[in-house]
Amino acid sequence: MSQPAMINRYRWYELIAIYAGIFVFLAFILSPFVEGFLVSLKPLGLLFSSPYKFWPENGSFDAYRTMWVSVPGFARYIFNSFFISTIVTAVVLVLVVPSAYAFARFKFRGSGPLLAAFLAVNMFSGAVLLIPLFRLMRTLGVLNTYFAMIVPGVAFLIPSAIWLLRTYMMRIPRELDEAAFVDGASHFYTLRRVILPIAMPGITVVAITTFIGSYAQQFIFALTFNSKTEYMPLPIGLYAYFGRQEVIWNELMAASFVGIAPAVILIFLMQRYLVAGLTAGAVKQ
Amino acid sequence: MSVQRSTVIFAWILLLPAVLYVTVIVAYPLVDTFILSFTDASLKKTTNWVGWANYDKIFNGTFAEVIVRTFVWTFFSVSIKMIVGVFGATMLNAAVPGRALFRVLTMPPWIVPMAIGIFMWGWMYNGQFGMISGMLQNWGIVDGPVAFLARGSTAFWATIITDVWIGVPLVTLYMLAAMQAIPQDLYEAAWTDGAGRFYRFRRITLPLLIPSMITMSMLSLIATFNSFDIIWILTQGGPNGETTTMIIDTYRTAIGSKKYGEGAARAVLICIFLSIFCLAYFRVTSRLAQGDSR
Repeated sequence: MSQPAMINRYRWYELIAIYAGIFVFLAFILSPFVEGFLVSLKPLGLLFSSPYKFWPENGSFDAYRTMWVSVPGFARYIFNSFFISTIVTAVVLVLVVPSAYAFARFKFRGSGPLLAAFLAVNMFSGAVLLIPLFRLMRTLGVLNTYFAMIVPGVAFLIPSAIWLLRTYMMRIPRELDEAAFVDGASHFYTLRRVILPIAMPGITVVAITTFIGSYAQQFIFALTFNSKTEYMPLPIGLYAYFGRQEVIWNELMAASFVGIAPAVILIFLMQRYLVAGLTAGAVKQ
Repeated sequence: MSVQRSTVIFAWILLLPAVLYVTVIVAYPLVDTFILSFTDASLKKTTNWVGWANYDKIFNGTFAEVIVRTFVWTFFSVSIKMIVGVFGATMLNAAVPGRALFRVLTMPPWIVPMAIGIFMWGWMYNGQFGMISGMLQNWGIVDGPVAFLARGSTAFWATIITDVWIGVPLVTLYMLAAMQAIPQDLYEAAWTDGAGRFYRFRRITLPLLIPSMITMSMLSLIATFNSFDIIWILTQGGPNGETTTMIIDTYRTAIGSKKYGEGAARAVLICIFLSIFCLAYFRVTSRLAQGDSR
């Protein structure tokens, strides 16, 4: 009982080394955010002056007010990002839940190679397939609409979602399916009434990771397939702060923080599920 | 027999929507890229077969240089990601107060939309007013402003560092999970025998971590090879094309200059490299899995 406690007891110099290591590591991870936040507090005059000053002297939250004036469409960009990610997540779930169940439960000829093929999709980013995707979107007539960003976004998020959910569903005891089947339930009924409720935590994790993935990866499709201001998502919308002469950096940073706040809050609330979901598929397989 | 058959049919019905979707949006474009690479497709109405002309152009131009640069860029990015990630995981694995919080603080670069993190780095690299150049000057390490993104050699490393920054959280959390999966009794046994902390790390943690390290570096290799946003936002492949990787070059040719055919030929080459990585990945992971069960 006392052994694990003893083995984990650190000497004072070990503690210092560990905290120093953590500090250096987190400094690298967090410094852009710290600097970004400080920039959002500095007046533009202080930003464009030498020598460089780290702390904002007479800093203020003005930029958080003026950003809405300089780029009136900004609220729309945040909405677009949320809207696109929500639809993408919904479509991915509808496609992935049944297929993950099929991969987790049924062995049939071709199931192995098919799963491998799905995983191989993960290897190709949208960037490689941009040319034919552009032509495809044009043929479908969805260029410069929400669909131009939703349709390709879904495809590239399917593989990891299948993988994650399949791993989760394989842990649900098979006896449950069999019991339902013996009682005369159809396959479909078993999936809907027995498996879905139990798999809910796993589905939640997949939904969150898909949402994050979609929120984070709208850049290239939005850059290439959409040129209409009213459909622009956040990452592209931020370019609105790049003026003709100079970039309004303090407002750009303020807008970035406002734009990511909803997603970050969501993630901090869900972080327990996130780490669990991320690592479940990864280590044990 | 009929039960078996209905089960298989049911499985296929479940799979069909996802399979169809991925076929139309990924498999078909893959084939289309291959076909396009033998044509002179562009904004013109007519498209002609040109045989291997696009590939000839690629190999007689500067593209060989771009390929080499892509590999160098990817190699350094993946190596640094792995080193920083394993270092971070080791630190976060220590049983010290506050570690739950430190783990959460590792996540932001991975979770925040990539473009936003890249904008922040873009400002930090700014020569006149940016933080890095400013700090270095304030500390007297450099004399004048250093515009990191304006010079080829520094821009190359600046884009790598930003790529590392975005990739590190995933590597760290993955390696951390792998460390925590190592049975605790191994450490306890070594500890009872009087093995010190460093010895335990070198003789237990590191060797048992190698399969996960191999898996992660291959996944990271594939993701890094595909990296687009970072270079595009920071330098657009410049200055003088010194940060132009294969993906960036493909994008410029195809979407920038609207030379779809020439762009497609480049994309085909990327796909060939990716397929090789992909095969290697499946090979290695299946071998590692066999090693586990033995």
